[in-house]
Order: sequence, then structure tokens, then C-alpha cells
Amino acid sequence: MRTEDLHSLTGAYALHALPDEERTAFERHLAQCDSCERETREFAAATARLGLAATLVPGPAMRDRVLHRVASVRQVPPGGGAAGKARRVLPRGSGMARWALAACLAAAAGLGGTAAWQYERAQDAGERAAQAERRAETLAGVLAAPDAESRTARLADGATGTVVVSGGQDRAVFLASGMAEPPSGKVYQLWFDDHGTMRSAGLMDPGRSSQAVLMEGAVDGAGGVGITVEPAGGSPQPTSDPVALLGMPA
Amino acid sequence: MKEAVHIGRNPSSQPDLQQLIREVALGDQDSFAAVYDAMAGSVLGVARAVLRDQAQSEEVAQEVLVEVWRTAPRYRPERGTVVNWILTLAHRRAVDRVRSVEAAAARDHKAALLDRTPEFDEVTEQVEARLEREQVRRCLRTLTDIQRQSVTLAYYRGLTYRQVAEALALPLGTVKTRLRDGLIRLRDCLGVSA
Repeated sequence: MRTEDLHSLTGAYALHALPDEERTAFERHLAQCDSCERETREFAAATARLGLAATLVPGPAMRDRVLHRVASVRQVPPGGGAAGKARRVLPRGSGMARWALAACLAAAAGLGGTAAWQYERAQDAGERAAQAERRAETLAGVLAAPDAESRTARLADGATGTVVVSGGQDRAVFLASGMAEPPSGKVYQLWFDDHGTMRSAGLMDPGRSSQAVLMEGAVDGAGGVGITVEPAGGSPQPTSDPVALLGMPA
Repeated sequence: MKEAVHIGRNPSSQPDLQQLIREVALGDQDSFAAVYDAMAGSVLGVARAVLRDQAQSEEVAQEVLVEVWRTAPRYRPERGTVVNWILTLAHRRAVDRVRSVEAAAARDHKAALLDRTPEFDEVTEQVEARLEREQVRRCLRTLTDIQRQSVTLAYYRGLTYRQVAEALALPLGTVKTRLRDGLIRLRDCLGVSA
């Protein structure tokens, strides 16, 4: 199909009016066509209004059924992408909610498809899945350890960071959710806080707002975890004040 | 990002869906219940508009809402609002269901479908939903007849553009461009952006 023909399919695509084979061809095109992607997003906003106009009142039984079902449905691990802006960390207690831990385990253990409309750029998706799988295997050991303890802190705008530590394995995992993209050419670097001395524990993926990172090296009695913004590639010592400091779980 | 869709109410009185979804992504079931309360009626409405059948609509709506829970960690705000995400998913699933049902028993898409936009008669009488409906109706009237018929047949009936072309006895290429032109007009009239 010619390119101009593909361009004209944005409307049919947003309305889910393409037969499967044409949809696949269009999605390949979409991955390389920013203007088509923008238009498709705008159309999704317009069609959502058509949907809102059809709103009904569901019965209470449906609510009970859905809420009951989600209690046993495992969530997919987070994908990439930048969300809000991370700023200061406000500690939010030492425990992690039961459900948050369940989500972490699910994130480590499971892989699933994303919603179809959030058209992943095809290549990235494959790489991300493979990476996530490898990371998941390693992470799962720490997260699933019977002695795993965790501590969650909330960033000012709603991003959250969670440290999960297994004393027996002497390893830690940092889980971030909704982190802002670091400034161009910068990365978030993780540190173990050896009571005032920062020891590098690896870099976070700058392209992902939500991620689980196996911290490099042993916990070795560190009292906390810090995050700084560093030049790409990281630094041997922190070159800026931490954007976040979390105590280790009790 | 810009909030593209309001539900016809004062946006400040809306739950902050983006924040709620972040919490859902961490496994927070209470936040999911709040998302459910904000969105279940619209999800069911989309399913019902496309599927016409009470039992099937509820089934699809439930699947969609569980899918929202399951894939919340993959929600990406830069790609659209929570409302857009959920209702796009709902429409996609309803359309998939219609097509799989159709494969088994071919339906007649013609005549009777044409001037019946959504079945607004059985929708909620909530004030905000009524306002939304009136605005959508008003904007649909700014489309040409062919644009409006094409868009509503595709959205509210879940037809492919080939089926729309057949129903309206129009060339395929014409329907493709009318769908796009119609959505451009609708987008501009509703003042949505992404």
C-alpha cells in the first residue's frame, strides 16, 4: 500500500474499523510516522467522547464481580516512558502495603501484553520484553525471598520509590514508579548510603518512568539508598545532592 | 500533558484518574475501586452501544475493567488520558466481540442501522452524561451526512470500513477519507487535543 493511502487510514484505525491485516500494516507505518501517531491520539480523544455520550449505569452486581476478580488477577510489569516530575522524597512509613508487594512480585514474575492502543514502537517492545524477562529472573529471587523487607517513599508529585531488601541474600531491589525523565544527557544513579558515604549501586534506565532495578553489589550493612542525577554513564561519586534518600527497611 | 477529555463536569470535582492509575499500578485495590466507579458506566455504555446485548455487554465490560487493573502498570500518560485509554480499550474489545460473533452468524448491516445513532433512550439520566450527550450530538451535526453515518456506523456499530462502504453503497476510498474527515471535524468541534 502506498504511504499516502496509509496516512488516510488514521480515522478508520482510531475507530477500530480496519480489518486485521490492514491494521497490522497501518501499525507498522504508525511506528514511523509521528504525525499519524499524533492524529491517532487526537482521534482517540474524540472517539472517547462518543463513548462517554453512551454512558449507562451498571448494576451493583457487576461492581462486586469485577472487584472480586481483580483480587486474584496478576498485574503486568511496568513498561517504559516518562511520567510526572520527580522532586523531593517524602518518607511514607516503613512498611509496604500487602498489595504493593503483590504487585512487585507480579512485576517480577509476569510478562503480558499492553493495551493494544498504546502502540508500542514494535522494535522497542521486543527488546524491552527480553530485558524485562532477564531482569525479572534475577529480581524475582530478591523480591520473593521469605525475609524480604520493604520501605516505600512517595515523591512530591506522586511518583514512588520502594526499596526491597533480602537480608539473607544481602541484595536490594529498587522499584520506581512514575519518575520524571532525567534532564537530557543525564541519568538517575542509585547509591548505597554507608552512613554518610555513598557507594554506587548502578544506573536506572533513563527512558523508563517505572522500573525495577537490581541494585549492584551487596547491601553490606548500608543504612539507606540514595538517588542522584548524574551525567550519562554515571559517576564514581555523587556530583549533586540526592533527589531522593530512603532509609533501609527496618 | 494536557487533559484532553473532561466528562462534562467541573474537572476539579473529578477524581484524579492519573494519580489513581499510578496507585492501581502498585496494586492498590481501593484506588481501582475508585477508577471503577468513575469509568464503569462509560465502559458498559460503549460495550452496549456496539454489542446491543445486555449479557454480552456486561461480560465485555467486566473483561475490560479487569484488563485496566492488569495493565495499569503499562499505562503511559504521554499517550493519552486515562479516559481515552480505557474507552479505547473498551471499544476495541466490544468490536472484537462483535466481529467474532459475526463470523459465526452474519448479520444484516444495512438500512435499519443507518439513521440510528446510539441508542440514547436507555442511557443514564445523570446530568453530566446528558450534557456530554448533547454536546456530542451537536458536534455530530456539524459533520456531513456521509461523514456522520460513516463515523457512527463504525463507532456505535463496530463495522469495518468495508462494511460501512457496503452499507452506504460508497467506494472504499471514499469511506476511508470520510471517516478521517469526520473525526477531524468532531475533534475540532469538541475541542479535544492529545
